[in-house]
Amino acid sequence: MNFSISLTVNGARRDIELDDPRVTLLDLLRERLQLTGTKKGCDRGQCGACTVLVNGQRINSCLALAISHDGADVMTIEGVARGDQLHPVQAAFIAHDGMQCGFCTPGQIMSAIGLIEEGQAGDDPERVREGMSGNLCRCGAYAGITDAVLEATKNLAQSDQRRSA
Amino acid sequence: MKTFDYIRPATVSDAIAAAAEPGAVYLAAGTNLLDLMKGGVTRPDRLVDVTRLSGLDRIERLPDGGVRIGAMVRNADLAHDMDFARAYPAVAEALLSGASAQLRNAATVGGNLLQRTRCGYFYDTASACNKREPGAGCAARDGENKLHAVLGWSEACIATHPSDFCVPLTALDAVVEIEGRSGRREVALEAFHRLPGDTPERESVLAPGDLIVALRLPSEARGFSAHARYLKVRERTSYAFAVVSAAACVRIEHGTIREARLALGGVAAKPWRARAAEEVLAGVRPDPAIYRKAARAALADAKPSGDNAFKIELAERIIVRALMLAAAGTPQRIPALPASPFSSVPGVLHDA
Repeated sequence: MNFSISLTVNGARRDIELDDPRVTLLDLLRERLQLTGTKKGCDRGQCGACTVLVNGQRINSCLALAISHDGADVMTIEGVARGDQLHPVQAAFIAHDGMQCGFCTPGQIMSAIGLIEEGQAGDDPERVREGMSGNLCRCGAYAGITDAVLEATKNLAQSDQRRSA
Repeated sequence: MKTFDYIRPATVSDAIAAAAEPGAVYLAAGTNLLDLMKGGVTRPDRLVDVTRLSGLDRIERLPDGGVRIGAMVRNADLAHDMDFARAYPAVAEALLSGASAQLRNAATVGGNLLQRTRCGYFYDTASACNKREPGAGCAARDGENKLHAVLGWSEACIATHPSDFCVPLTALDAVVEIEGRSGRREVALEAFHRLPGDTPERESVLAPGDLIVALRLPSEARGFSAHARYLKVRERTSYAFAVVSAAACVRIEHGTIREARLALGGVAAKPWRARAAEEVLAGVRPDPAIYRKAARAALADAKPSGDNAFKIELAERIIVRALMLAAAGTPQRIPALPASPFSSVPGVLHDA
């Protein structure tokens, strides 16, 4: 059985022929579209390394069937910077050492972008830690990650203010 | 993962017809189903994708004051709906204490009810499990069972139901709307899940093809909004299933509890309504001594199914603490750590 689906991935429309309904969104991104920034950690929804934004919301792409997301708008780590200009969340992760080995980092950053967009955590470190609990970091860079998310939240709020001023 | 046919029906009746066939299952977000399929725990022949069915993703205020929640509403959307969270704060807190933000953005209300147990032997296809393979035996009986059931279990199965959401829903008399081959029917959530008995593979009252289309909370459930909490003990503070949890809702008038609602999670194969405890609490003044009496009533029939006698004592303490928190009043905002005993509240004992 063949299925045609189309997705918008990082702003570009992609038409894809699926020869197998079992393909997850994660495997589609990595194996068919060669977007390997999104990582396969546990592949069971427990680690968050595969986090992407679907229609603006963060989800685990390993637990999403690609075929069920026909028509969706997907944003991956490859789509967040503007050319050489890093996304404020990426810049904050570098400034605060929010990583060691870096494997979980794409998922952490996508999750942080989703968290900031959801607007539930604000400047409360405890709410940030709770909001990021779906992203495991085996190196234990959590303190830097929390600081990075807090700073990025603040910077994004300020740039929003400047835009509306 | 075994391969399967994928069907995306356009209407509810097409979905029911497609899912009534042997080997067919419904697919919503798939956050539990895909995990089970990857492990070979569930091996469906056909997936019927219900995520595009129209009309199932709405939260509607009903004329009688109740609320109707479409089965495809996402957990996060419901928890963050301001009107819903204000009217049913214990339900919102339970939702936000479950899983991770990523999973809550995907997982649906209907799917939450149909989560399978997290018993490790159910997940391990090399182990005996009567739920996965009727008649195979239960490896949990003599295995690692400290997190297993203390109420309503049988020799065939000692697994627990993992949902947080279902616990306050059961306390608040939620009703499940089901559409099936013979039309629409309604079942109280309390009667929706089945205890294992000799047939642990039958987990709910659903028949082949039956589709959950909505959940309803009655208008009376709003009457508890000022004193409603969900409290959940986990092995880590966030992103973990309950060891034991409790939803406590009270209606206090002139310093007296007029009506109490209490349900437990993590203790049985279904969300556990504690009606005997509710009776103890009706008409009394809020007081820790009476909470302890209610807690003992709630667990009166409990017995360990393995190395889990501690869960009985733990459940009693969680009930007392949840009642104290509820009586102290619903917080203005859901705590930073939803449902966590580590979110401190002035005036509430930590060692109840």
